[in-house]
Amino acid sequence: MITLTDVSMSYIPGAPALSNINLHIDKGEFVFVVGASGSGKSSLIKLLLKEENPTKGEIIIGDRTLSRVRHRQIPAFRRDIGVVFQDFRLLPDRNVYENIAFAQKVIEVPGKTIKRQVPAMLSMVGLAEKYRSFPDQLSGGEQQRVAIARALINKPKILLADEPTGNLDAKNSWEIMRLLEEANERGTTVLVVTHNLEIVNAMRKRVIVMKKGVIIKDIAQGGYIDEA
Amino acid sequence: MRLSTFSYSLKQGMKNITRNKKFSFASIITMAACIFMFSVFFSVLVNFSNMVKEAESSVAVTVFFDEGISEQRINEIGDIIKKRVEVSEVKFVSAEEALASFIHDYFGDEDKELAEAFLEDNPLADSANYEVYLNDISMQGALVTYLNSVEGVREVKQSEVAAKTLSDFNKLLGYISIAIIVILLGVAIFLISNTVTIGISVRQEEIYIMKLIGATDAFVRAPFIVEGIMIGLIGAIIPLIIFYFVYNGVVSYILGRFSILEQLLSFMTVGEVYRILLPVALALGVGIGFLGSFFTVRKHLNK
Repeated sequence: MITLTDVSMSYIPGAPALSNINLHIDKGEFVFVVGASGSGKSSLIKLLLKEENPTKGEIIIGDRTLSRVRHRQIPAFRRDIGVVFQDFRLLPDRNVYENIAFAQKVIEVPGKTIKRQVPAMLSMVGLAEKYRSFPDQLSGGEQQRVAIARALINKPKILLADEPTGNLDAKNSWEIMRLLEEANERGTTVLVVTHNLEIVNAMRKRVIVMKKGVIIKDIAQGGYIDEA
Repeated sequence: MRLSTFSYSLKQGMKNITRNKKFSFASIITMAACIFMFSVFFSVLVNFSNMVKEAESSVAVTVFFDEGISEQRINEIGDIIKKRVEVSEVKFVSAEEALASFIHDYFGDEDKELAEAFLEDNPLADSANYEVYLNDISMQGALVTYLNSVEGVREVKQSEVAAKTLSDFNKLLGYISIAIIVILLGVAIFLISNTVTIGISVRQEEIYIMKLIGATDAFVRAPFIVEGIMIGLIGAIIPLIIFYFVYNGVVSYILGRFSILEQLLSFMTVGEVYRILLPVALALGVGIGFLGSFFTVRKHLNK
């Protein structure tokens, strides 16, 4: 599903954000990426979204080699990927329903389909009754659930979550992880960047540990126990 | 583009305008000022052009014939002249008509007896001529050169100074108008571009999310282009309505206050001016709005 071969990337010449990354993630896998700030986790997400291009190496996602994806082909490429951020990134002037429907409008899904799928997705994330609420009327956990609903509404093959529990308490963090796991069980490949080692330890998934732009460990399911 | 996408772009474009009230208002006002100035210059230009055209049409080239030329050859020369594209009208003046005109100009009605003395023996017997009127005064030189080479033509008289002055004046007016209009349009494009840039910066988060979700460039751009076009359109309609009344008012004021000018100045009606001004100004407004927003959005969204 995702293959990185000898990938390096730098924002400033001579200061690599990622160095010689080799990584393969299979279809349907659930993978955590952990590491301290500045370890290159977010840069990895940016490369996978083709927000940035590698200075060296090759990235293959699905059947696409990213270096061969032209600017006008990027929208079609990104429709296969859902994204969730730490700060939710909801549109403050739109209610819950509109925020989720927005993701479908943007890719020109017919109105009838939107009206059918958005309520179903709202039920799935447990926000059916709050569809008229605006983001500032929701708790952090609820906002993140809206963000997950928005990321999943177009049935992406891959879900990238960048610190999805970073702003949440323990109860809400577990609720979010449950939703991500459910998406994974339905066949979506999930990659979660996180600092939350308690969750990583408890969920017993594959863990990739990064440090200063390099993958230092790639641990199979259940093998990761961090000293912290 | 789907109908729902079109209506989405339209709604978002309108929302952008109301969201950035201050800047949208400033852009519409500037646009309106530019289109108003354009309307003023345009109407001055077309009125002057019209007056110059009328003046031009009164400047004639006079073609005299060789002594003893046959009537048939005179007719042939007339046909040759009429075929020239720059010629709008050809009028034959017989020797008798030339004399009558001379008597009227020099003796008037007072010295009729003296004038009648000429009738016995016409001193202008060889003065039959064609008065040739042109539709483009700048072509006078070329026509005269050509006519001098036509067999049977003895002399061609022209009013070179009048022709040159009118032609030059017309050109100068055109150049000045174009220069002023270009400057005004440049200012309008700059302001619309600024407004759209502010709109983009306000909606940066939304644009970022759109792009990550997989929106095409066209989808992201459309609301901003709608915004630019709407600003241009509103900015054109307002001055066109105002100028309609201003033009009528100014023309009737000038003609009422300075009635002597009525003989010299023939103003075009507001209907005649608007036949061209209305579509041109609307197209300019929409065009500037489109171009200003299109290039700004392209510049900022391709980052």
